Amino acid sequence: MSTRTKPEGKRPTRRAVVKGAAVTLGAAAFAKAVSPVAEFAEGLTVEQFLRRHYKELSEDDKREVLARIERDTEAEYGAACKVADPPPLPGVKFAYAINLSKCNGNGKCVEACHRENNHDRDTNQSYIRVLELEKGSMDLEKGNTTYDHAVPAEGKDYLPVQCQQCDAPPCTAVCPVEATWKEPDGIVVVDYDWCIGCRYCEAACPYHARRFNWKKPTIPADEVNPDQGLLSNRIRPQGVMEKCHFCLHRTREGRLPACAEACPTGARVFGNVADPASELRWILANKRVFVLKEELGTKPSFFYFFDD
Amino acid sequence: MSDGVATARHSRSYPRFLLRMLALSTEGSAAFYGWMTLLTAVFLVGVHAWARQMADGMVVTHMTDHVSWGLYIANFTFLVGVAAGGVMMVIPAYLYRDREMHDVVILGEILAVAAIFMCLAFVTVDLGRPDRFWHMFPGIGRFNFPISMLTWDVLVLNGYLLLNLHVVGYLLYTRFLGRTPDPKWYVPFVMVSIVWAISIHTVTAFLYCGLGGRPFWNTALLAPRFLTSAFVAGPAFVIVTMLFLKKRLRLPLSSKPIRTLVSIVRVTILVNLLMIASEVFTEFYTGGAHTASAQYLFFGLHGKDALVPWIWTAIALNVLAAVLFLGRRAMTDARVLTVACVAAFAGCWIEKGMGLIVPGFVPSTLHEVVEYVPSVVEWKVTAGIWAFGLMVFTVALKVAIPIFSGEERLSPRP
Repeated sequence: MSTRTKPEGKRPTRRAVVKGAAVTLGAAAFAKAVSPVAEFAEGLTVEQFLRRHYKELSEDDKREVLARIERDTEAEYGAACKVADPPPLPGVKFAYAINLSKCNGNGKCVEACHRENNHDRDTNQSYIRVLELEKGSMDLEKGNTTYDHAVPAEGKDYLPVQCQQCDAPPCTAVCPVEATWKEPDGIVVVDYDWCIGCRYCEAACPYHARRFNWKKPTIPADEVNPDQGLLSNRIRPQGVMEKCHFCLHRTREGRLPACAEACPTGARVFGNVADPASELRWILANKRVFVLKEELGTKPSFFYFFDD
Repeated sequence: MSDGVATARHSRSYPRFLLRMLALSTEGSAAFYGWMTLLTAVFLVGVHAWARQMADGMVVTHMTDHVSWGLYIANFTFLVGVAAGGVMMVIPAYLYRDREMHDVVILGEILAVAAIFMCLAFVTVDLGRPDRFWHMFPGIGRFNFPISMLTWDVLVLNGYLLLNLHVVGYLLYTRFLGRTPDPKWYVPFVMVSIVWAISIHTVTAFLYCGLGGRPFWNTALLAPRFLTSAFVAGPAFVIVTMLFLKKRLRLPLSSKPIRTLVSIVRVTILVNLLMIASEVFTEFYTGGAHTASAQYLFFGLHGKDALVPWIWTAIALNVLAAVLFLGRRAMTDARVLTVACVAAFAGCWIEKGMGLIVPGFVPSTLHEVVEYVPSVVEWKVTAGIWAFGLMVFTVALKVAIPIFSGEERLSPRP
């Protein structure tokens, strides 16, 4: 700061000394005020800070990134894990269909998602919500996601909702940094190391499918699912978006998503819509199928139907 | 004079100009020091709250996956309007060649600069990962332009900031040199800034109204409504500032610019109320599921009514302000005018902030009613950013006034 308060002043005036002291005090107070940022910076390495976008990673970069995440998970959660990055399979377009005549709202899918995808235990997070609706009505306005009684309840229908993996996704369009995109097999993914956490996608999604990491997820070491995917269920960092990824670490290797495997009623039908012999294709051809909020033009890859 | 000589002269006089500005901004009366100390204290409280939010995560806010934008984005939206509102001085000054307005138009430009700084701060504190801010820089990051409206907003806001910084800086510097500003160095920028001011608030409205999944925002009236309330709140702030400079600091300002601004607000405040009425009619007369947010905002929904007091306060303030502005005493009585301006500013702040951003999320897209009330941390951060903006505004005025009055001039070197 200039000690010259008057153009003709030769020695620092008393006022200048007081001002100098005030500035020093102010700077010290500022340093103290921002000090918690150091806690945040501690958990951040230079490699993490400088990591390129997923699509710009070479195979070598990717191997390093996967190894780093495995090390970090071990260090922070005390759990050994294997992080892979299975690519989308050619000729595959994943889709889901739910038989609402069979779904009875038991919520096993919600729990399976919670465990499979290393969700935060404190908030009991899951990518799936099940709405309890008045029988014969699709009025979401009268729905309830927090029901807590024996199911199926008299006079109720159940509607599980998760990411609809839209073919015209509003969430990817709004992202200012291309941190979320649709993969060739139809799955909308998030690069957790690129997302800036602006939550514009969460505002844009018409299906309440996106979740934000309001804090660092807490998971006991013995509950961490060690079978992880880079773009799917690896433990997410604080301050970024996440969403249902059709368990791509399983489905790209020929297994069912955790929610489909857990469903005791057989309501959930998952498959490759590009395969003419798939059960999914039979349902689309023979059942009265509908999608949620069709009028918005989002083109979901997620279908609902009733048995006649 | 050759360009080389001019450059050499600027390389000496420009640093002196900057130094003089620094000196001016740290010198003043006891009241000035008191005011700046207060603002610094509030600012530091905000900085600390934000630092905690960064360390502990945004869980310290009361935002949720249901209401995922809150007080920060509400303030951001309102302040984009305040920044754009300064143009209501620029248009009379430059397009209608209003000489008295021309003398004080720099106030509007300074307000725009301070407001944009606050906007950028509010967006930054809303980010979950501010450390990844560079991902947005074209070249080294991935800038999703032109698809994402947010990238448009980044461009127009920063562009508007640069335009106003240039105009304000150029005018101050030439006055400091004791020269008449050369129109070719600022008038074209001012003309661009007029269109640009409209664009910043239009693009900010497009952020929301382009989302099909949020029926409450999905209205073509949003951008015009944003602009109209901006042209209430911006001039209201400027009027209060001018009254303060005239009455308290006893600066010899003409009262004609104030009267011009009052005349403008008399129109914009009514158009704004008309647009609110039009929205309310469309929502409630149509009915159905799309009315749920408006129902929640104005009357409460399923027994939840956290926003009801906010919106009715906003409407009461807006109506009060309209009545006061339209009355004859707004032109003659400074106290009445001050009350009218404060009511209009506060009314627009609620209406466009908490009254517009939050109900977009209630009920959620799956029709769950989860309420939102800002947390203490959010209030602290918000107060800190307002204090910061007021500091920028105060210091800029502190520097501009003596330079514009001719009190401060480059003294010839001995």
